Amino acid sequence: MAHNPALLHHFATEQQQRNSASLGMWVFLATEVMFFGGLFCAYLVYRHWYFGDFAAASKSIDATLGATNTAVLICSSLTVVLAVWAAQTARKSLLVAMLAVTMLFGLAFLGIKGKEYYDKFEEHHVPGASFSFDNVEIPGHPGEYAVPRHAEIFFSLYFIMTGLHAVHMIIGLGIFSWLLYTAWRGRFTPEWHTPVEIGGLYWHFVDIIWIYLFPLLYLIDRHP
Amino acid sequence: MAKAITQPVERENYLNKEYGVWSWLLTTDHKRIALLYLISITFFFFIGGFFALLIRLELLTPAGDLVQADTYNKLFTMHGMVMVFFFLIPSIPAVLGNFLVPMMIGAKDLAFPRINLLSWYLYIIGGMLMLHCMLTGGVDTGWTFYTPFSTAFSNTKVVEAGIAIFIAGFSSILTGLNFVVTIHRMRAPGMTWSRLPLFIWAHYATSIIQLLGTPVIAVTILLVAAERVLHLGIFDPKLGGDPLLFQHLFWFYSHPAVYIMILPSMGVVTEIIACFSRKRIFGYSFVAFSSIAIAVFGFLVWAHHMFVAGISVYSALVFSFLSYAVALPSAIKVFNWTATLYKGSIHYDAPMLYAFGFLGLFTVGGLTGLFLAALGIDVHVTDTYFVVAHFHYIMVGGAVMGYLGGMHFWWPKISGRLYPEGWARLAALIVFIGFNLTFFPQFVLGYMGMPRRYYDYSHMPEFQVLNVLSTAGATVLGVGYLLPMIYFLWSMRYGKPASDNPWNAAGLEWKTASPPPTFNFDVEPVVTWEAYNYDELDAPHHQEVPVGR
Amino acid sequence: MSAHSEHAKSPLKMYFAVWAALLAGTYITYKVAFIDLGPFNPVVALGIASIKATLVALFFMHVYHAGERLTKLVVISALFFLMLLLGLTMADYATRLWS
Repeated sequence: MAHNPALLHHFATEQQQRNSASLGMWVFLATEVMFFGGLFCAYLVYRHWYFGDFAAASKSIDATLGATNTAVLICSSLTVVLAVWAAQTARKSLLVAMLAVTMLFGLAFLGIKGKEYYDKFEEHHVPGASFSFDNVEIPGHPGEYAVPRHAEIFFSLYFIMTGLHAVHMIIGLGIFSWLLYTAWRGRFTPEWHTPVEIGGLYWHFVDIIWIYLFPLLYLIDRHP
Repeated sequence: MAKAITQPVERENYLNKEYGVWSWLLTTDHKRIALLYLISITFFFFIGGFFALLIRLELLTPAGDLVQADTYNKLFTMHGMVMVFFFLIPSIPAVLGNFLVPMMIGAKDLAFPRINLLSWYLYIIGGMLMLHCMLTGGVDTGWTFYTPFSTAFSNTKVVEAGIAIFIAGFSSILTGLNFVVTIHRMRAPGMTWSRLPLFIWAHYATSIIQLLGTPVIAVTILLVAAERVLHLGIFDPKLGGDPLLFQHLFWFYSHPAVYIMILPSMGVVTEIIACFSRKRIFGYSFVAFSSIAIAVFGFLVWAHHMFVAGISVYSALVFSFLSYAVALPSAIKVFNWTATLYKGSIHYDAPMLYAFGFLGLFTVGGLTGLFLAALGIDVHVTDTYFVVAHFHYIMVGGAVMGYLGGMHFWWPKISGRLYPEGWARLAALIVFIGFNLTFFPQFVLGYMGMPRRYYDYSHMPEFQVLNVLSTAGATVLGVGYLLPMIYFLWSMRYGKPASDNPWNAAGLEWKTASPPPTFNFDVEPVVTWEAYNYDELDAPHHQEVPVGR
Repeated sequence: MSAHSEHAKSPLKMYFAVWAALLAGTYITYKVAFIDLGPFNPVVALGIASIKATLVALFFMHVYHAGERLTKLVVISALFFLMLLLGLTMADYATRLWS
């Protein structure tokens, strides 16, 4: 009885292979939670210490762009589940379309991020020699000004956390371009489309990280 | 001179299946990858040992007369980094774990063989980078990289060393991932969780730590690199940062890391004690669950490395209490091993000698850990040789003894040859004596107040005698380590061929050929017996029916 | 996973419902940030974020329909250890000034 050529020799059944791939991706995502977790820890500590300065810094980044990017990623997660569904139900053109649209959303996300980074560069909010954050009032404390050094810590964490997230997005785009090509070549079937599923898991995870980054970085203290 | 004993008709096995460098460098066979790791970690062990030798030579005299202070800083730093990240953490999992995990559960390979090979390449790349770093100036921050020295003041290659460790960490994560998925998904029919050898439980627990802890030090290294290169200020008090944040993030991994180093060794010792007492392990479930408990509790205690660093007294109290709690599962294991020995039929082959050494030395190391967990005592002995002795008792007296015991126990399976038992027992004895001579004086030195990481103790010349004893011990220990290298290599050509199961041990790995065929078992085994069925194996009418042949 | 063959009806409605909920949550988070809720601003923002993350995990990542409990165990373990890192570290920072 011929078996699927995708079955690797050390597995007994395709089910075992599929379950192993899935568990492997979930375990990997657990490691990613801890990887970002270290940064969230640093963020928490300094937000606790320098709340006012962080609030002032947070107010200076564009919350509308941040919210838009959140919506972009949410839409991309939708297209990912639709891609998986398309693979499950042998809808090749829909699969290819959804994978492509997901990538477009990803590129849009990176584009908006690029604009944000550019704005920060223009405003001298990039940590380093040319950083300046003088005479910025702490929200809710008129007359009190943020300590530039503490605001610089916010921006360091902002760039590192969103930067690391962007790196993961770029890797995701790499994975999805391989998925797109493989789907276009017709290699995915309802019986075997494991890479689409586990690629999807990775993408959703990157979305979840952003879901937390958005309120933490953009919305510390926005109310008048 | 013994002439080479070759087997007249050699069965096809994983060693002779294919020849040529590429068949090794591109292998996905977990057993070949285990041997690739064996060669690499042995290499790094001797590099780390070389640094240790220089340290001990310097400390022969109170004055700092062998090397300069900066050089000495580099010596203990690189000794630590190489031994921790490039020897201890991979050692048992990457060599014995890789070789045995699939075999013990009745599988053909790990779940992800290509990722296994990738793990080795990542280890090698990290190792080469570390080697390059050491050869072009080294690092002097201590293996602990404390900020702001590492980020703002050290003039050495901190970023390069950090990246080397980052890459090696990725290797460690992927190994852990492979083991977890393999143990969940690839067990043979009938191999239930409660029939697994405790070696497997130990590696499962180790893998949990590798998976959940290593990413934190990975991101911390990135932050240190970013701070050093971009002068960010996350850990620099002058710029508003907190050096203690670095220590929290660093130790969140590095404390559980010590359990990565000891748990596999405990797994090895369990297998050896059962085999050489010819008994089931006493309290299987207790030992299994205490492995998991060590993994979990190990994440709760990290700030006991920071008692005098400036953390709040209240959190210090909490961490002290939790540090006592983490000793409990280890103690449970020691009791279970002892109970296994009781009324067992004890055999004193070399693996068992290492296991006995482990029992005593790990107990001493563990108990002195409790000394350190007590806040009042820790204030006096922290950053002294007491701490150095404590962790070497566990890392060397515990982990390395377990590693050597395991290498001897499974050597017939790995190589198809027997090592010379007489020499092996002698080497075990030399290691035990050398080890105690090296490190017991350090407990006394530390208690008397000799600080660690000092190259010059001329203001305390009364410490010289103990230091000389320690250095003498180190040379004896070195001899003890060299002997197995020599006779293992010797045995590959001149050793007696081994049967499938020279120890008459329990475990699926012993039910296939020595050395095993590439896919481990000719026929997938079906397990219908409990683990450690020594009563059956030793029964007078027992017929060893080869399973999976 | 072929587990979805157990579900007779198409999951599309559920996907679009979750998607709408996620967008709504984002909008609410954004708007509420501009209202003064005192100490509850971060609570609301992170609370909604957690609901969104849970929805993505349960329905987009199929944890809800996962064939075995192991997937849920992996997720919960990751979150547990993350909380350990954040919680025990903050325990130090929060109590430093007590003495």
